[in-house]
This record gives sequence, structure tokens and C-alpha cells, in this order.
Amino acid sequence: MNSDPQNEVSPQTLERVYQPVTRRTFLKGTAAAVAGLAGLGAALSPLLALERGELTLEALLQKRYRELKPEELRRILKALEDQCEREYGVRPAVHDRKARAGVEFGYALNLTRCIGCRKCAYGCLKENNQSRDAADDLEMSYIRVLELDKGGMNLETSTLYYDPPTVPQEGKFYMPVQCQQCRQPPCTKVCPVRATWQEETDGIVVVDYNWCIGCRYCMAACPYDARRFNYKKPALPPAEINPNQDYLSNRLRYKGVVEKCTFCLQRSRAGKYPACLEVCPTGARIFGDLRDPKSEIRYVLDHKRVYILKEEVGTLPRFYYFFDK
Amino acid sequence: MKDYLTFLWRVWRVSFQGSAKFYLWMTLLTALTLVGVHAWARQFVAGLETTGMTNQVSWGAYIANFTFLVGVAAAAVMLVIPAYIYKKEFMHEVVIFGELMAIAVIVMCLLFVMVDLGRPDRFLHMIPPFGIFNWPGSILSWDVIVLNGYLLLNLHIAGYLLYCRYRQQKPAKPFYIPFVFISIAWAVSIHTVTAFLYVGLAGRSYWHHPLVPSRFLASAFVAGPGLMILTFQIIRRVTRYYIGDQPIFTLRMIMTVAMIINMFLLGSELFTEFYSPTMHAAAAHYLYFGLHGHHGLVPWIWTAIALDFLGLLLLITPLSRKIGWLNLACVVCFLGVWIEKGMGLIIPGFVPSPLGQVVEYLPTLNETLVCLGVWAFGALLFSWMVRVAIPIMNGSLRAHPQLNPLTKS
Repeated sequence: MNSDPQNEVSPQTLERVYQPVTRRTFLKGTAAAVAGLAGLGAALSPLLALERGELTLEALLQKRYRELKPEELRRILKALEDQCEREYGVRPAVHDRKARAGVEFGYALNLTRCIGCRKCAYGCLKENNQSRDAADDLEMSYIRVLELDKGGMNLETSTLYYDPPTVPQEGKFYMPVQCQQCRQPPCTKVCPVRATWQEETDGIVVVDYNWCIGCRYCMAACPYDARRFNYKKPALPPAEINPNQDYLSNRLRYKGVVEKCTFCLQRSRAGKYPACLEVCPTGARIFGDLRDPKSEIRYVLDHKRVYILKEEVGTLPRFYYFFDK
Repeated sequence: MKDYLTFLWRVWRVSFQGSAKFYLWMTLLTALTLVGVHAWARQFVAGLETTGMTNQVSWGAYIANFTFLVGVAAAAVMLVIPAYIYKKEFMHEVVIFGELMAIAVIVMCLLFVMVDLGRPDRFLHMIPPFGIFNWPGSILSWDVIVLNGYLLLNLHIAGYLLYCRYRQQKPAKPFYIPFVFISIAWAVSIHTVTAFLYVGLAGRSYWHHPLVPSRFLASAFVAGPGLMILTFQIIRRVTRYYIGDQPIFTLRMIMTVAMIINMFLLGSELFTEFYSPTMHAAAAHYLYFGLHGHHGLVPWIWTAIALDFLGLLLLITPLSRKIGWLNLACVVCFLGVWIEKGMGLIIPGFVPSPLGQVVEYLPTLNETLVCLGVWAFGALLFSWMVRVAIPIMNGSLRAHPQLNPLTKS
């Protein structure tokens, strides 16, 4: 090679660029290309471990929930039921329950009554088909129960992983936190693809698990730590699957998408209470229609001292804390 | 058209001309890139559990590197402004390298976003008409626009100027001057919009304050020129392209001013957080001193501050008029800003969590390898572009060469 010691590309070597390719160069180039492709193939080899059907053209081309035609959605719901049956041996009913006209859901939680037993957090897990590595793995539960010191409401010194033999503990009080179903939700505002939105009528913030790209911007935006991300394929024992499912709430999730509390819309839109309310042993939880003047929740808002968590961030929650005395 | 294809063919051929050292360097970078691809493929199969991120700290090293690199890309403007607004002739000889660096770095930024996605298979959802823009609501949608726009602007400007040089034509001003001026404003916008990603989140008090964008720009104009000073010296040492000292010392001046501003803003920030330590200072407390027995970031941030101060000291004293000391200043500033903006800005935004938990974050090996791969790919891309650009810039690769009949290949 005619190389100029001062330079990498000397005029001599450059002249070859203008000449036709010699056989020698061609062979060298082919060998390099083969080596390069082999290297790339080896680098990508982990992809062989992908499960069959994990990436399908159909799934890639599926439109966002709100753009789906009714017949497309029906087909998808059936495909989801088939898939769950194939994978877990359980056939669920995946519904698409719409919000009821004139109903706006609100939730109130009585901090005087809450004893911090975490039954709500477990009830949530049981209802909503979240991933769990063990029966007591609450990481993906939509409810975080905080233990706070009496005499203030400083979240910064609260404990999540409290573990005393009995609750409530002397000098402590307890505060479950879940999605506040904000009227001004920062999470839906930041989503770059509108994969999460607030339903116009009942106000529930939902996620389309087939449209979410997993950027987790909504998690950064949420002031209540209310969103969970599937860092892996959800681990869910078939025996613990709740077959009553809804497309926008507790149907089985995918790896790499965000999920959150929907006030159990698979229940609440069918006229039932959310699971966390049903399991609460102290009756600390009140749920209902904010637009119905005779509802229990309206009674609480009208007659009790109400506290709004992080009111200063301007999210206007539909979730209220209140006190008995 | 045929001419352009010939051009591309020659560019392709010249890409493979080089000394053994050049081949060694490119092979090394390719190998590191493939290591990164391998790590990413593992992550793609297993999910982001291969990273150190959690529900509490939901962004980590990827977004940290992304944020830092947006600044480096924006800093190309510090070559463009002296060259085109102040008409400094000597800056014209290097401005092309700034634009090429911007291209390589923006590609790295886009890759860092891609590897951070939980569902990279759905990235088209971000791009109309296949997907949906949540515009103007989502700052991330803005970022997609400004980053890709900046990439296109620089591809056009650098590509057009190089092609004209190759054809030995004078570039037609209407074809590039307007874009150069747009790119100046655009460069500022990419970093501002990226800062707004964080500043816009009212729930994260560590990010939600108005100094962040200014500090982003100030620190970007330290790290970017620092990298350029080092790169220019490598280029003039190993290639047949003359770069004088003047551009380097112009960049030194820019770095110095930017570093002074950056440190002043840092001081203002520290004063605000610690003079009246409110509940909102918890993140800063975690970063600088640790919180509830967790000290993960403390060594990082103090290293960054020490590097920043050393860099500032070197820059404001006559010491850095000597090229050796200037190089040291560039290295320490680059590292200092990288830590400060990466680990120092992104992670404390999540610690403590909005509900007060302290969950620490440390990148895993696999995550680190993915980062390494993206950096290696960026370096590979930049090296390749420089390899092609230099023979064009110095006139040895051109449309109508006068071939010497005596040299036969």
C-alpha cells in the first residue's frame, strides 16, 4: 500500500477511488461484508428467544382503541380471549364497557378509619391481574399504603414497607394512595402518542396497552406515583387470573407497557364498587357518582373536612381524603 | 443524477481507504457497537428488567445520556455563529465538522430514546401518519419534531456544502444560508425543548424550576466546544486537513464564558435549595448529602463539582492558553458536565419518589453495554463522516479529478 506517513488518505490511495474496482478489492470487500453480517447476526442472536406470536404483523398494525371500528374491536376482544385461554388455560370474558352517561366517579377515603392493613392493596392485585413474583408482592398493586407520623402530613418521612405485628401502631396514621383520576391529569398531557387519556364522561384515566410505547413519561409526570410499568412479561399464576376483564382496565398486560388504577372500571361501569372498597374492613372507603346529589360521596364532600393530596400541583383530583373528627 | 450516484459511489469507496490504524479504530468501534446491539437484543427479549430502573426511578442512564447529548448537538451552533454571523473566516474551515458532529450526536440521541422504549416495535406510533402526535400538549412530541428537524437541517447543510465542494462549484446562497440561520435558532430550541421535558412536570419539584433550561444551555456550551477542541486536534494530527489555533481559542473563550455562567447558576440553585430547606429540597439533599442513609449519588456529584471547578480554574487562568492544559480543561469539563447533567439531573428527579420513598438507582451491566454501544456507534458515524469529508474539503476527492497517468493502482 502506498501510504503517506503523515496522512491517512494520501492522493495516491485516493486515485484508486476513481478506478474501477479490482478483483482483489472486490474479494476483500465481500469477505469484510460477510464477516460484518456474521457479527451482526451473532449480536442479534438473543432475538431467537422471542416467543412465537410475540411480535405479529396484526399487532403491529392495530389501531388505537379510539380509532377502532366496532367490528375490529369485537375481533380483537375475541383474539384476546383466545390468547389468554391458549397461554393460561383460562377463558376470560374481555368486555368493552362504556362509560354511563351522566355519571362521574369520585372516591373519598376516611383517614380516621384507615388502619393500614393493606387489604385494599391486596384486593387490587387480586382484581386487576397485575404481575406478581410472590403472593405478597405488592410492587405492581395500584395502591400504596403509607405509614405517617401523627402530627403532620409529611410524605417525605412516610414509610411504605412498614411491617409491625399488628396495625395500627401507636403514634402513626395510614394513608393509601392510588390514582387520583385528576381532572387535569399531567400523565395524559405528556403522553406523546395519546395512549392514555381521560374518559370524557366518568373521568377515568385509562391506558390502551396496545398503543403505549413504554416511554414512561407519564410515570415521571404523575405526582402520586400511581403508574406502574411492566419491566418484564407479567408473571401471573393461571389460578389467580380474574376472568372478568375489560379492554381498558384489567385484561392481561404486555411486557413494556404502563398500567394504572381505573377505579376498577370493569366493576364500576357495571354498577359495582371497586375491589379496594369491597375488601376494606373499616369502611374507610366511599365511592360513587359525583353528579348524583343524593350519593354518599356527595354527602362526604358536603359535610366532612376534606383534604386533597398535593392540591398545590393543580391536578384537581377526583379522589378526596377526609376525617371523622 | 448520474453525477450524484458517482459521488455516492466514490464516497463509498473512499470510506474504506485508510491506514492500518484507521482500520483498527473503525473495527474497534464496530465491535463495541455490536456488543451494544447484543445487549439491546437481550433487553428487547427480556424487557427493561435488564436495566436498573424501577417503578420509582423510571428513567435512568439512557435518558441521562440522551439529555447530555442533546446539549452537545446544540453546541454546533457555537461554530456556526462565529462563522456566519461574525463572518470569521477561520471558523469556516471547521464549521463543517461541527455540523457533522451534530448529525452524529443527534443520531445518538434518537438511539438513546429508542433503547429506552418499552415497546420499540411500536415506535411508529410516534410518527404521523402511521401514529399520532399529542401536539402541542406533549413536550416529547415537540422533541421528536425539533430533534428530527435539526438532524434534517444539518444533513442538508453539510451534504449540500460537501457536494458543492466535490463539484468545485460555489454553493448557491439561497440553498443553504437560510437553513444556516434557521439552524441557529433550531439548535437553541432542541436543548430548550429537552429542558422543558423536565421543567414542565409540576409534580417533580427538583425539575420544576425556571433555571433548568438556562443551565442546560450554559453547560451544553461548555461540553460541546470542549469535545470539539479535542476533536479538531485529533483531526489535524491524523489527517491531511489544516486546522489552525484560532478556532480552538475561539472555542476556549466560549467555553470559559459558558462555564462561568453555568457555575453561577449552580450557585444560585444551591442557595435556593439549602438556605431555606423546604420539603422540596429533599432531592437536592439526596444528591449532595444523601437522604435517610442513602448516599448513592453523593460521590458522583462531588466528583462532578470538583471537575467543574478544576475546569473553570484552568479556563479562566492563562494556563489554558497552552494547548496541553486546555485539553485537560476540556476533558474535565466534559466529564463534569456529563455527570452533572446525567446522574445529577435525571436521577434526583425521582429520588425521593412523589410519595417519599428513597429507591436508589444504579445502571446494570447490560444497560451500560447498551450505552457503550450507542456511544461507539456515534463515534463510528462521526469518524466515517470525517473520513469522507476531509478529502472533499481539501479538494483531493472531486468530480473531475486530474489523474496522474504515472500512478497506476
